[in-house]
Amino acid sequence: MIEKNEVLIETKDLRKNFGDLQVLKGISEKIYRGEVMTIIGPSGGGKSTFLRCLNMLEEPSGGQVIFEGVVLDAKSTDLNRHRQKIGMVFQQFNVFPHLTVLENITLAPTLELGVSKEDAEKEALELLKMVGLEEKVHEYPRKLSGGQKQRLAIVRALAMHPDVMLFDEPTSALDPEMVKGVLDVIQDLAESGMTCVIVTHEMGFAKQISDRILFIDDGIVAESGTPEELFEHPQNPRTKDFLSKVLY
Amino acid sequence: MGLGPGLLDVLRDYYPIFLRGMVGTLKYAFIAVSLGSILGAFIALINLSKSKALNTLGAIYVNVLRGTPLLVQMYIAYFFIPIAIPALNSVSKEVYVLIALILNSSAYVSEIIRGGINSVDKGQTEAARSLGMTASHTMTKIVLPQAIKNILPALANEYIAMIKETSLAGTFMLYELMYTRTLLANKFLVWQPLFIIAAIYLVLTLVLSWGVRSMEKRFSVSD
Repeated sequence: MIEKNEVLIETKDLRKNFGDLQVLKGISEKIYRGEVMTIIGPSGGGKSTFLRCLNMLEEPSGGQVIFEGVVLDAKSTDLNRHRQKIGMVFQQFNVFPHLTVLENITLAPTLELGVSKEDAEKEALELLKMVGLEEKVHEYPRKLSGGQKQRLAIVRALAMHPDVMLFDEPTSALDPEMVKGVLDVIQDLAESGMTCVIVTHEMGFAKQISDRILFIDDGIVAESGTPEELFEHPQNPRTKDFLSKVLY
Repeated sequence: MGLGPGLLDVLRDYYPIFLRGMVGTLKYAFIAVSLGSILGAFIALINLSKSKALNTLGAIYVNVLRGTPLLVQMYIAYFFIPIAIPALNSVSKEVYVLIALILNSSAYVSEIIRGGINSVDKGQTEAARSLGMTASHTMTKIVLPQAIKNILPALANEYIAMIKETSLAGTFMLYELMYTRTLLANKFLVWQPLFIIAAIYLVLTLVLSWGVRSMEKRFSVSD
């Protein structure tokens, strides 16, 4: 087990309202470097919103997000620079349809990090090989299956050399037979030491991969713990109720 | 007195006049839409900005220009600009009328551009920003290239509509198709030029519409 004592991301009393609706009601959590944290909970409970606050895709209504010691929601923060270090993978893939597979990966590193085209392409090819997409390098995303698009989205984020990867229900939009290929990539990544925060409905996967699981319900962390603590000995009645509905 | 010379006779005798009118029409429509597009892009950015105050200004601009007749706008430009901005007094009156056309076009184009940008899935912007791309790179490298295939056909349609709208400029002696009617009326040709002009407008719009349709088809293939 890796020593996990360096705090990578910390939230302090994180709140988010959409109009009158309080979606996050004050979440204070620490995510350590190298940690694999999954977030489970009922739909509408705030887990995706929490994740999206970590890279400021949602602007918090209150509280703080501190990434590598920098308060992200401070006005003076150069958000783009820090976002380069926070990879994100979306439920709907969001690959760029007007760019080839290769360009999807090389665009941000060349544009924002000043990496040369040759270096970016060389690395992109290695990344594509890693996820079994090397033959698609010059295709456009419309020729890819859902699972292939999601693997492309993962390596697109990795090309920026992030310190953490956020996954927002990465397999929820996939056909069942595509799920495993994507989960395998995430698992390899987690085992290589990448810090991962994963919102998922794949309970078996969460149980197997996580160092720690957060159960977010009604805008708060209702319970958290190791997979064993949460799945075998849940304390909170809401956790028990949720697990009884999703485990069968 | 009969009908006078036939359509073909008039066309044969005066085709240089019609030709010059047609070139004028295409030219004015092109100037209006291309300069209107540049201005319209700015208006679209104002309407898409996060500032409520700018949004309101942009909405007023678009609503006023789309909610009042172009002919009224041309009259105002024609008579009011020389009074309001004496420095422009020496400029040809053609420019005043063109300004009205450009402003009018910019209002329509801004809505076309805004619609095109809004048609791009929000997830595209989120993905780009999550990679740490700047707002302007996100716009120029991700959003606009995808918006353009919705924008270009609509812009071409705006050009076709503008070809008809420029007929109002003849009222102010700008040499375009409709103005040829005035020229030939002086030669006691009353009805023939009208049919010839109408036919030229029809051919222009039909041919260009056909071009736009094949452009749309090409774009939809790449989806």
